[in-house]
Amino acid sequence: MAPRPPAGALLPMTHKVFVRLCLLPLALVALAFFLLPMVRLVITGATGDLGLSAYAAILTEPRYRATLINTVVLAAATTAATLAISIFSGLFLQRHRFPGRAVLVAMLTFPLAFPGVVVGFMIILLAGRQGLLGDITLPLIGEKVVFAYSIEGLFLGYLYFSIPRVILTIMAAVEKLDPALEEAARALGAGPWAIHRDVILPALEPAIVASGAIVFATAMGAFGTAFTLATNIDVLPMLIYTEFTLSANIAMAAALSVGLGLVAWAILALARQFAGTTVAAAG
Amino acid sequence: MRDRLIFAGQLLFTLVVAAFLIVPAVLSMVAGVTENYFRGVRSGLTLQWVMQVWELYADTIARSFAVALITLGVTLIVGIPAAYALHLRGGRLSRAIEEIITLPLAVPGLAIALALLLTYGGFSDFRRSSLFIVAGHVVFTLPFMVRSVMAVFALVDVRTLDESASSLGASPWRRFRDVIVPNAIPGILAGSLMVVTLSLGEFNLTWMLHTPLTKTLPVGLADSYASMRLEVASAYTLVFFIMIIPLLVAMQVFADRASHQGARR
Repeated sequence: MAPRPPAGALLPMTHKVFVRLCLLPLALVALAFFLLPMVRLVITGATGDLGLSAYAAILTEPRYRATLINTVVLAAATTAATLAISIFSGLFLQRHRFPGRAVLVAMLTFPLAFPGVVVGFMIILLAGRQGLLGDITLPLIGEKVVFAYSIEGLFLGYLYFSIPRVILTIMAAVEKLDPALEEAARALGAGPWAIHRDVILPALEPAIVASGAIVFATAMGAFGTAFTLATNIDVLPMLIYTEFTLSANIAMAAALSVGLGLVAWAILALARQFAGTTVAAAG
Repeated sequence: MRDRLIFAGQLLFTLVVAAFLIVPAVLSMVAGVTENYFRGVRSGLTLQWVMQVWELYADTIARSFAVALITLGVTLIVGIPAAYALHLRGGRLSRAIEEIITLPLAVPGLAIALALLLTYGGFSDFRRSSLFIVAGHVVFTLPFMVRSVMAVFALVDVRTLDESASSLGASPWRRFRDVIVPNAIPGILAGSLMVVTLSLGEFNLTWMLHTPLTKTLPVGLADSYASMRLEVASAYTLVFFIMIIPLLVAMQVFADRASHQGARR
């Protein structure tokens, strides 16, 4: 409920009290549906057969460790590829004006609101058993190329998911670049390669770090795409899901979720720290 | 000459990326109205798959809209006053609160869903109702509403507005209702679009929180991808696209207008 003044109050409510009342609904919602449940999750993680060492098991138990490494490698690869593609195309699109450019930008940002499950389905249509890639490769090399239901398919799915987000951020950052810097570098005799390395990329660094961190954290925790493609891909969210539903190992699922949440949060916090100070230094 | 080659190379690369993103979406839209996807469009166009989706999954579509609207209502009631208070108070405590409520953006949905299940799984009436899903969606979308409204407050001089209304004798509640909220409308609208779009497409949390009787559209989609023929799954995806595209366009228009206004300032 929105805060109201007390009915029939003789004294006007002071502004301070009103501002505090404004925070009340938020406090209640955050406490009941986020903070308390998270505390419960952390405690549950330590109350299984393993006790507190369930948290250590994420790193010591070979199966969990292998999955964690798998997930981190996948997330890192997704981040690197997404950034490379988005910086290249983002720079190009922001620098040139040509007929059809607006349509191209719209196409690149169209999948922005697709949930992970839909992205998974897009990958199935592209590289699945009835997919486009198989149809093209069958007459060419005599066999259907199908890789949607594997970690490569998941990688493609995360690219699909991440490119629209990052390209928008990069384009916005390129738009804010000071053209005078680039002109000065050119006047001083710097070649296009040197200008990109020494002027443009450093200026884009905050945007690159911030959007890279978001891609990484999202790729670590995304569940829908993996769920649609296959249930036996070894990534952390699928492991949590199978521990919880199939093995009924609730404590371990909780411990793994806490670990996953901490990694994702730490990456984002670090990036913000870094990007934030760089922005401040540039300003 | 060299410049044109570079331009052509970059354009080609960008076109390939765009094709990667757009071709599967077009394939799915076509498949949803094709008689037999295996034989291709030559087999004829039909709406039978869309009709079948309607028969099988109409309830999930209705439920998704209901969940999104209730989520929107809650985030408005909770988020607007909170954004106002956080903006006015400033300081370390407000930043800490902001930090806490934006945590759900960093913590994977799976973890939040598990936490909600562990805490409220025993309250079976709540657990079984769509409101359980709403709770998850509110946690996940609230930061977008709060941030979007706070962004407007950062541009409008709320403090001065508030003080001048106060000097005219308006009570805090009247000032909030008649001065603050109307000035925050652009942020409220942008936040609302975001909340509804996110809620309609939310899967990570919802898959864990749903029961067989509280399936939403994305849950139904996952269901159809796993168990239905490709044409039905595609038709269902088509329905989702039709729902989500107007929201996306509206968001884009908003973003453009905001950036123009920003440029004028």
